[in-house]
Amino acid sequence: MSQFSSRSWREYPQRYRGEASKFTKSGKTYYPPRTIDPETGDKEQTLVKLPDTGKVLTYTVIRVAPYQWGDNAPYGLAIVELTDGTRLMGQMADVNVDEIKIGMEVRVEFRRIQTEGHSGIISYGHKFTPKWW
Amino acid sequence: MRTVCVVGAGMSTWGEVWRKSFRQLFVDAALEAIEKSGVDHLDSLYIGCMSGGLFVHQEHLGSLMADYLGMAGIPATRVESACASGGLAVRSAYIEVASGMSDIVMASGVEKMTDCHGDDASAALATAADQEYEVFHGATFPGLYAMMAHAHMAKYGTTRQMLTAISVKNHFNGSMNPVAQYPFKVKPETVESSVMIADPLRILDCSPITDGAAAVILTTEEIAKKLGKPYIKIIGSGAATDTIQLAQRADMTTIKAATLAADRALRMAGKTLKDVNFAEVHDCFTIAELVILESIGLYAPGKAGAAILAGETALDGKFPINTSGGLKSKGHPVGATGVAQVVEVYKQLTGQAEGGRQLKSRPKIGMTQNMGGSGGSSVVHIMEVA
Repeated sequence: MSQFSSRSWREYPQRYRGEASKFTKSGKTYYPPRTIDPETGDKEQTLVKLPDTGKVLTYTVIRVAPYQWGDNAPYGLAIVELTDGTRLMGQMADVNVDEIKIGMEVRVEFRRIQTEGHSGIISYGHKFTPKWW
Repeated sequence: MRTVCVVGAGMSTWGEVWRKSFRQLFVDAALEAIEKSGVDHLDSLYIGCMSGGLFVHQEHLGSLMADYLGMAGIPATRVESACASGGLAVRSAYIEVASGMSDIVMASGVEKMTDCHGDDASAALATAADQEYEVFHGATFPGLYAMMAHAHMAKYGTTRQMLTAISVKNHFNGSMNPVAQYPFKVKPETVESSVMIADPLRILDCSPITDGAAAVILTTEEIAKKLGKPYIKIIGSGAATDTIQLAQRADMTTIKAATLAADRALRMAGKTLKDVNFAEVHDCFTIAELVILESIGLYAPGKAGAAILAGETALDGKFPINTSGGLKSKGHPVGATGVAQVVEVYKQLTGQAEGGRQLKSRPKIGMTQNMGGSGGSSVVHIMEVA
């Protein structure tokens, strides 16, 4: 499917800078940003930058991959809870897929994600790497 | 609201059906349902379909399907809730009859998934997840359910053997279903040595890609009686949604939309699960069946696996699950699945299940649980013998 670049650049603030919504009443942060806090209905929020470390809540190793990642398989895919409690999904990078574990500490890094659609827009965003320090 | 009955059910051939088109699959199922019910017209038609557009580049299904059924002129509505489209089509038809708006309504579902490349079919299915924040990062449906499986294993000690038992059971049941796509038994060692798709899920943990359609006729009890054909009553209908992203759920080892939909349907029926004798549930992956049985409250969290291993959900168990073979063996033409679940409950409650899979316990009440995406939506129906 052909896609216009607006679909990509619209997402840059959250994908490139890790912007998220922190709601005033609950103090909870959601990624990507949203208008309404699903728990309280609160609309009052500030945009915050996500922390860059967290731990793996659950994971899988994708062995049969969508065509964009055919050459990358197998790759790890994880749901990570960051230090502020925000949760997000992303690929694991710079890791032996057999060594991925629940509870593993990771760092959020800015990486190339995929080439989208027939227009071939190169998309960037977050991936998780093992925290080694 | 009026009492709504199911009278007459139909199913097309299910599988990789190269000789039948998208519209022909629908017409085959629809004509069988009309013939079996004895109705001479439809007041309205609902078509559950996830993605005619992406699978075969065809939208505007109300017009197309009513036209090829020889009924252009009737109102027809296409319903979409990913893999729960069929269940939601049944619910929509139910509401139309219950409200008094129409007397005879067809609820159908159809999907043609093998006219495109496997990569494109997978991409179409992936649109049931969050495109920008799950699929963008390389998530697949086996991958999403695999993450639920790892979380469930870590929290409750769920084992490979428990998942295997679900696949073996559903294939055993499906081996007796003449419309099943894969009507054969599988051995535990075959499941456990099948190719890994997304750890810990192997190919024999996953439902297949399927062409197929299913249809049922919904009408009032008065008309159902006059038609003189076997019928059952729909006594409860519940639907619910949850976050589209798996990552946003407080607990990834349960499916809240299924809990809410089941609670609503049971409350409407004035029943509890103790009154229900069997169920068709959405086993798109083995782990899904296990999680659903806990989510609808049949088993406490972490307890379904042991019960499955003990045979409690087998055809001759105390609460048979997926007597049709489930999505695993029967096949999963996504938009048709929710309707086919109702077809199976109709057959079981009217004593018409073929191939030796008819429950011998003379069931009185059956349940269907249909699910969209990784649990972003769910539809439950409770049905009772007339």
